[in-house]
Amino acid sequence: MKYRCLLCGYIYDPEVGDPDNDIDPGTAFEDLPDDWECPECGAGKDEFEPVED
Amino acid sequence: MNSIEVKKGIYWVGSVDWNVRDFHGYTTSRGSSYNAYLIVDEKIALIDSVKHGFRQDMLAKIAEHVDPSKIDYVISNHTEPDHSGELLAVMQQAPQSQLIASAKGEKGLRQYYPGDYPCRVVKTGDTLNLGRYELSFINTPMLHWPDSMFTYLASEKLLFSMDAFGQHLASNQRFDVDVDFDILMHEAKTYYANIIMHLGSIVAKTLKAASELAIETVCPSHGVIWTKHLPDIISRYQDWCAFKPAGKVLVIYDSMWHSTEMMAEQIVAGATEEGVQAQLIRLPNHDLTNVVTEILDADAVVVGSPTLNNGMMPTVAAFLTYIKGLKPAKKIGFAFGSHGWSGGGAAQVGQEMEATGIEIVREPIVCQYRPDQAVLDQCLSAGKELAQHAKSC
Repeated sequence: MKYRCLLCGYIYDPEVGDPDNDIDPGTAFEDLPDDWECPECGAGKDEFEPVED
Repeated sequence: MNSIEVKKGIYWVGSVDWNVRDFHGYTTSRGSSYNAYLIVDEKIALIDSVKHGFRQDMLAKIAEHVDPSKIDYVISNHTEPDHSGELLAVMQQAPQSQLIASAKGEKGLRQYYPGDYPCRVVKTGDTLNLGRYELSFINTPMLHWPDSMFTYLASEKLLFSMDAFGQHLASNQRFDVDVDFDILMHEAKTYYANIIMHLGSIVAKTLKAASELAIETVCPSHGVIWTKHLPDIISRYQDWCAFKPAGKVLVIYDSMWHSTEMMAEQIVAGATEEGVQAQLIRLPNHDLTNVVTEILDADAVVVGSPTLNNGMMPTVAAFLTYIKGLKPAKKIGFAFGSHGWSGGGAAQVGQEMEATGIEIVREPIVCQYRPDQAVLDQCLSAGKELAQHAKSC
């Protein structure tokens, strides 16, 4: 499931991952490290909400 | 106006923009200022610059203390062009100077101002020694852009807070104690509501982190410097980021032939009967900047629109679009409005209100052509219910 950053609007897509920060494609949002931050704005995981498809 | 000394060797070298009234849509009724700060030490640093167009003003103030070509470091706390607009001009005058910015700051600045200039990227905990003074940096992402950072001077208990704690307030005075307290707090509230209302969770975290620093003076990028009233503004920020309500009802509407207006007046009458503050706000007569400032600490926000071409009026749509991005929290409300035939305006308002985060407490109150007594009674009763909610908060 995709997750949206509530602060800046960035969408984490597990199919894409976050390669710039060593997060491989296929990584579910729940499996991101606790200290992972939004690559656009630096928000923590707790600032994200699931995106309904 | 000349430069003003903030602390020994630290000067305000910014510009006052007395006559600006439209700041990317924010109505700056009292003008603004773009605050740049110069630190003259063994090394010379400039913290932020001014909006494009105020270059000579800033350079003249710098030149009161030092030849601008001698500047060693140009620190950008925030990429937005009202602060970065003349950074490049300074660096061109001082070719040996180095830009200091956050990682996101460097990225944004190089896009705004392409050029081959040296940049040191800093993050929380990094320091810059100027001689007598040592600056440190604190990333504050999304307060209110990803690049935002504070620059802190521990030895002087001085925080350069960029847009945080700012106010669009033009004055020839530079310190909080030298301007009218109520006007200052009103402009700080207007700034908070329109610029960072939607970032309350980040504000709360930043206030908590800042509480661990010794701070006596806060130098923001707009308006006056906080000294004596620093505890007051921190207390207000704590209230604002928690959306602490002030016990008031806002009735915001537009009207074509006074029917929606009659409904709005009855809602206000209901709240008034309960002894609660209520305001009647007809949108075209108010600018959104001030409406949003009122929304920040409102308990209830109801929104009315007649049906125009099967939808809501554009004035109401513009208002709802603006507040949707600002995410007002801890408010209840509902939609209302009149229509001639098929209707749809009030229902559309209700849907958009829900998307802003306002808790919808009833179906839209609607009427055809003119509200009859039953509809007016319904509006009166609804106004009383909103007021009772406001009293219970």
